[in-house]
Amino acid sequence: MTTCHGAPIKLDIGKGEQKLVLAGNPNVGKSVFFNHLTGMYVDVSNYPGTTLDISHGRYKDWVVMDTPGIYGLSSFNDEERIARDVILQADKVLNIVNALHLERDLFLTRQIIDTGVPVVVAVNMVDEAKRRGIQINFDRLQEELGVPVIPSVAVKGKGLKEVEAALPQACTGRVNQELAAEIDTVSQTTANRGEALLALEGDEGIRTAYGISQKDKREEIYLNRRECVNEIFQSVVTETTQGANFSTKLGYWMVRPITGIPILAAVLYFMYQLIGVWVAGDVVGFTEETIFQGYYEPFVRGILTGFISPDSIFGQILYGEFGLVTMTVTYVLGLLLPLVVAFYFFLSTLEDSGYLPRVAALTDRVLNYIGLNGRAIIPLILGFGCVTLATITTRLLASEREKRIAIFLLGLTIPCSAQLGVITGILASIEPGFVLMYVLIILSILIAVGMIMDRVIPGRSSDLLIELPPIRLPRLANVLKKTGIKSFAFVKEAFPLFALGSLLISVLQVSGALNALQDALAPLTVGWLGLPKESANVFIMGLVRRDFGAAGLADMTLAPYQAVVALATITLFVPCVASVLVIFKERSKKEALVMWLSTWVIAFLVGGVVAQLYAHFEQIYLTVAAFAGLMALLVGASMLFSRRKTDVSAQSASCCHSEQ
Amino acid sequence: MTLANSVKGQTVCIAGIKHPMVRAQAIRFGISEGETVMIQEIIPAGPVIVRKKHQELAIGRKMAEDIQITLVN
Repeated sequence: MTTCHGAPIKLDIGKGEQKLVLAGNPNVGKSVFFNHLTGMYVDVSNYPGTTLDISHGRYKDWVVMDTPGIYGLSSFNDEERIARDVILQADKVLNIVNALHLERDLFLTRQIIDTGVPVVVAVNMVDEAKRRGIQINFDRLQEELGVPVIPSVAVKGKGLKEVEAALPQACTGRVNQELAAEIDTVSQTTANRGEALLALEGDEGIRTAYGISQKDKREEIYLNRRECVNEIFQSVVTETTQGANFSTKLGYWMVRPITGIPILAAVLYFMYQLIGVWVAGDVVGFTEETIFQGYYEPFVRGILTGFISPDSIFGQILYGEFGLVTMTVTYVLGLLLPLVVAFYFFLSTLEDSGYLPRVAALTDRVLNYIGLNGRAIIPLILGFGCVTLATITTRLLASEREKRIAIFLLGLTIPCSAQLGVITGILASIEPGFVLMYVLIILSILIAVGMIMDRVIPGRSSDLLIELPPIRLPRLANVLKKTGIKSFAFVKEAFPLFALGSLLISVLQVSGALNALQDALAPLTVGWLGLPKESANVFIMGLVRRDFGAAGLADMTLAPYQAVVALATITLFVPCVASVLVIFKERSKKEALVMWLSTWVIAFLVGGVVAQLYAHFEQIYLTVAAFAGLMALLVGASMLFSRRKTDVSAQSASCCHSEQ
Repeated sequence: MTLANSVKGQTVCIAGIKHPMVRAQAIRFGISEGETVMIQEIIPAGPVIVRKKHQELAIGRKMAEDIQITLVN
């Protein structure tokens, strides 16, 4: 993988033009500045070699680029590497810092100034800082840093104009003289001063790219910078301490297990009620049945029958059983879109509230068992929205080992919102016992596969180190905007894939191949899984998208245990085409292929074993117990046959080191 | 004494961080050697949550075991 070696990458965006780059720590409000400067016309480009998006737009004759939130310039993880490359190629940097956390944020500011690029600093959220008794002397800060410093409250539109006015005054700032002299020497071999600085700070990718063997001085430079930042902080900030307010208390309750677990349970239950019951039931009932099947489909059929006969091949493909303009449209817009919108609304609210990092702290211990740390809960939860997106998010994990485990577990066990909606719809119509059976089967696979991977993959995962941002009431406008962008992206991505899937099925059906395929697969579907032979359709459709397959199940009449077997199998079955493409992009081809094939084997193995166990016991709880027992045996076996993990401290938090 | 066996409510001084990569990250967060933090919360067998001014950090148990501290009163 190119990104792992961390060599600097040249960007194509804004080639030959002046680049203004926005940089800052996470949660400082960068996006508000970005939107203000660039207006509505924002482009999103893939970062070379990865799938991470870099937003960019125009401001006057500048190309404005956004970067992921980082605490410093280096390559401790993929996001940092990307931010590093974008910032190092900037002609001007607008550095946004959080007034509440100046002591932390100014580390990045000083580091950016040390690269020698002209900078403007916006101190954001000054209103919140004021409320908490933090007084900042902005003139003094400007003097200390040597670059323009502008106070702002970006979400309320305060200070945006002033920041704009200050942009032409961006300048290089006060640098550490001693360090500057060393940079002068090293920069004779590197492309620019920024790269020279990072080479001195021990950035592996840059050192290797230029063959720099000079001693790495990271520790010295970092400590020096920290000391300097602490001094600046002391001289510009005066604080009057205040007692903990309600939101701080709520933040503690969220991480303390005795209150945190009930809060998490309540959040998940509320989410299930909102998405699984209300949206999947009432809302979808209205959109899918009333609007699309009641009005839209008859209307389209009525028009099309005038031109194309319903019995012709085209007619069947266009508006037959799996019609391109009937079923596909109904599934995407009537069934899936409401579920996806609801999920993203919920998720964006959680994201903006500062709750997710607290869930990471709360669940860290449990995730350690499956070779991950608490941070991985974020992609795992995101996976319930969209596995594709979650797979991309795994880049926030620090080691290759964790990415491998998380990506495989996502592809194998996590049903996305679209699929989840269909699944809850089917489960809602059968006895609660069977629902529990389904949940326990998937959960035991998640745990067993995670534990086995943790045992078998060499190395050790990194430890949790995460900032807990203040708990905030999310702003509705922001949440709605995020929901809108993500839902639109879903429709854009799902539509062609769905169309492809229904086209595939229709062609197979019209040509008679579907029947032949159903017969050919009968030993597997009927014999091994104990399902009707039509269930072969579900898996063929599931190859394109699992939710598409699951939706096919909704139309079949199945006994409750058959429904559970079919749902478990389709849940574990291959992830959607988009996810598979992302997996191929993020991992090596060989690894991705192994993952993809493994999901086939595991899905049918598990489905079959459950079917056979149920046929034997004819009882839910014994089946689940026997299945869990089998899983425990497997995990036990993997522990016996793999060597024990030894020393803990030898592993580093960086991606490149973790696999050496 | 390490961060892992500190007690909730204590104010401690970071005395030493074993691993260089963790040390570098700690410097960026402003909790490097010599800094003082408050033990805000200890999740049983899980991460230790430390607070410095308005900043809170959750530190995994294994990492906390590698961080040497001294008590401040």
